Amino acid sequence: MPETNYVIEMLGITKQFGDFKANDNINLKVKKGEIHALLGENGAGKSTLMNILSGLLEPTSGEIRVNGEKVDISSPGVADKLGIGMVHQHFMLVDKFTVTENIILGSEKTKAGFLDKKEAQKEIKALSERYGLFVDPTARVEAISVGMQQRVEILKTLYRGTDILILDEPTAVLTPQEITELMEIMHSLTKEGKSIIIITHKLEEIKQVADQCTVIRRGQSIDTVEVAETSSQQLADMMVGRSVTFKVPKEEAQPKETVLSIQDLTVKESRGLEAVKHFNLDIHAGEIVGIAGVDGNGQSELIQAITGLTKVESGTITLNSKNITNLPPRKITEAGVGHIPEDRQKYGLILPMTLYENISLQEYYKEPFSKNGILNGNAMKKNARKLIDEFDVRTQNEYNTASSLSGGNQQKAIIAREVSRDPDLLIAAQPTRGLDVGAIEYIHKRLIEHRDHGKAVLLMSFELDEIMNVSDRIVVMFEGEIAGIVDPKDVTQQELGLLMAGSSVEKAKAMADQDGGKESANVK
Amino acid sequence: MLNENKGAKVNILVPVLSVVLGLILGAIIMLAFGYDPMAGYQAMLRGAFGSPFYIGEMLRYASPLIVIGLGFSVANTAGFFNIGVAGQVLLGWLCSVWVAISFPNWPGYLLLPISVLAGVAAGALWAGIAGFLRAYFNTSEVIVTIMLNYTALYTTNYLVRNVLTDSADTTPPIPKQASLRADWLSNISGGSRLNMGIFISLILIVVVMILMQKTTLGYEIRSVGMNTFASRYAGMNTKQNIILSMVISGGLAGLGGVMEGLGTFENIFVQGAMPALGYDGMAVALLGLSSPAGILFAALLFAILKIGGTSMPLGSGVPTEVVDIVIASIIFFVGANYLIRFFIDKRARANVKKGGAE
Repeated sequence: MPETNYVIEMLGITKQFGDFKANDNINLKVKKGEIHALLGENGAGKSTLMNILSGLLEPTSGEIRVNGEKVDISSPGVADKLGIGMVHQHFMLVDKFTVTENIILGSEKTKAGFLDKKEAQKEIKALSERYGLFVDPTARVEAISVGMQQRVEILKTLYRGTDILILDEPTAVLTPQEITELMEIMHSLTKEGKSIIIITHKLEEIKQVADQCTVIRRGQSIDTVEVAETSSQQLADMMVGRSVTFKVPKEEAQPKETVLSIQDLTVKESRGLEAVKHFNLDIHAGEIVGIAGVDGNGQSELIQAITGLTKVESGTITLNSKNITNLPPRKITEAGVGHIPEDRQKYGLILPMTLYENISLQEYYKEPFSKNGILNGNAMKKNARKLIDEFDVRTQNEYNTASSLSGGNQQKAIIAREVSRDPDLLIAAQPTRGLDVGAIEYIHKRLIEHRDHGKAVLLMSFELDEIMNVSDRIVVMFEGEIAGIVDPKDVTQQELGLLMAGSSVEKAKAMADQDGGKESANVK
Repeated sequence: MLNENKGAKVNILVPVLSVVLGLILGAIIMLAFGYDPMAGYQAMLRGAFGSPFYIGEMLRYASPLIVIGLGFSVANTAGFFNIGVAGQVLLGWLCSVWVAISFPNWPGYLLLPISVLAGVAAGALWAGIAGFLRAYFNTSEVIVTIMLNYTALYTTNYLVRNVLTDSADTTPPIPKQASLRADWLSNISGGSRLNMGIFISLILIVVVMILMQKTTLGYEIRSVGMNTFASRYAGMNTKQNIILSMVISGGLAGLGGVMEGLGTFENIFVQGAMPALGYDGMAVALLGLSSPAGILFAALLFAILKIGGTSMPLGSGVPTEVVDIVIASIIFFVGANYLIRFFIDKRARANVKKGGAE
């Protein structure tokens, strides 16, 4: 075996799709036992590179070495044999199967032709204890949390003897607590000699967990750097290719009249439990109110109730002193609400439809887009072209389907549609989920601009940075109630975290003070 | 971008390949039974195009198939599998004939449109039941329409025997002024049963195309079919759209039945089974990929096979049973187009890999 420090060497990898080079002479070298981050904007070519490494795509040219030996990874099966395992962003689990059944799927152990689940369960238990990957082997996948589903995916690769683990955007779907747990797991894996490649565009995570970082921009590898010696700002600039601001500058808010008034609102979720309980909140023109909270504390139901997608159990919602409680969604939209939905692919877009049809989704039934029930395709297209230009949606033209756009551009199309109608209240739920810093910066700018036009903005997000940077007022939700309303200028991330866990404002402040400088230094 | 162009090509390639493969399989079957496939297919073509009469009959057969196919495609676009088109066809047929023979003294300009509308309304109502149950109770439209098919079949037979006639199997013919036939059409087509239905069908191809692509209603039906959640978010009334799409679907299917009742047969008779037209109409819509232009070509193909096929036993000695096997195998390949698509995709993938290695 040739002497080498590297478990993976990808040398001069080029992948061409037609005229388009997704990867252009990329180099990536990963040492044994390290966590190597792959950083790049949406569409920079990270996933292509990793699909090449896991055998889903073959490179047009270039060489791959595993433990110093040249290999030809022609299929996922070959990658499996070489000990390369990938956990995809969208999990590949069978919902109706148990955790054990999912893990052994494809490499089942049998005894006299029958599945030996007992033996498999024992092995899984051993694995999960060794690496701190807590799972319930008998639970059905549909019944467990997203965090646990991810652990199942990791166990699936370990069960197959993976030494090199690829994680594609692993934190995109996780809550802050789950992210912390995942990072612990990653460290315990590398302690056991496994190597990890983590695909991400979240800089703080790289700073927290990775040893090395390779930056990719427009299909080319820009540089590989020691994470400890590089600042977040430097990483961001390398990724985007220009200097970016994390915190979009904004003026002090000038709140004016009340736009949205929620009184004693109670909303039940699908199983009939109260998700929002006796909730009161006023939002004024010229301010951005941020709703913070751990996923599942009633934020989604609150927004669905305001926009008419869920029935209000009791209480009233008033917009510009007009009662909009339980009105159909269209009436609420017409009353002056714009809604950037949390799940952009499920609610925000009709993926197989063209971009211009999607941009017309809220106004197709009005002039000039239609008259007497007959659509005016030219008006729709003209409007779409204008918005595509104005909101910098990157697409060939307005005839492309929404599904052909990248996540960031899909979101820009939705924002174009909602913001251009100039609604009195703009609701943005998780508006930057899964997007890179460049797109995030752009979207934050747009939200603040909308506020500066004298409109009200309601921002719901699980990202504390986003809530802290963009909001003028933060409402923390816990179990359907308001745990506290705070000013982002005099609250730390840590205090917010405690509020999100159900502490009161006073208690959170006191606890945060006790812990002192150590924790806040960690925060930044 | 690149892929979309390829996708469009594949979309046309698949039905064409299905038909070609079906014809080849049919030829192999004829060979296996000891018949000459060339003579067989020649007889089929003569039977569909050989004289004005054959052309007339072929177009006559295609007319209801076109509207039925259009009907199925509208529901399909909204995301529903209206397997009940056969029942809707039958009720359309029944009600148009019923109205026509009930008012023999009415003038044609009144009786014909009212009879036509009665048939359309019957089909629309029948499908509307399934749409309503789907919208408000989330019942599977497949199960409901299958059950409604049986109800339609036995209700029709009961009414023909006990209400429209006195225990006879066939109703008296409809009054002349209620017929869709026209002398000049019969004359130019050598006395075939070709009727005004063909013009109604051709007009409706354009109407449905405009409805689905150029109206807000069509836009909503397409949206609901592709993504109910986003449609609700955009303030569309999804329940109303579900019902409307089924009503339109059933109305078009009912119109197909009207063409049988007022055009082809000019009466209605006791049915041994669901009218085959209903199922052929579904196959036509699927072969035509639910696009109006595709449905036109698919309906013509079916008509050529069916009407041309009837000439094969006499013209080439291929027995009726073998003809049916040949037609079935062509339709089989059409239905199995996923298989063809799969092989096209596989080849494309293999090519990409080869290209990559160079």
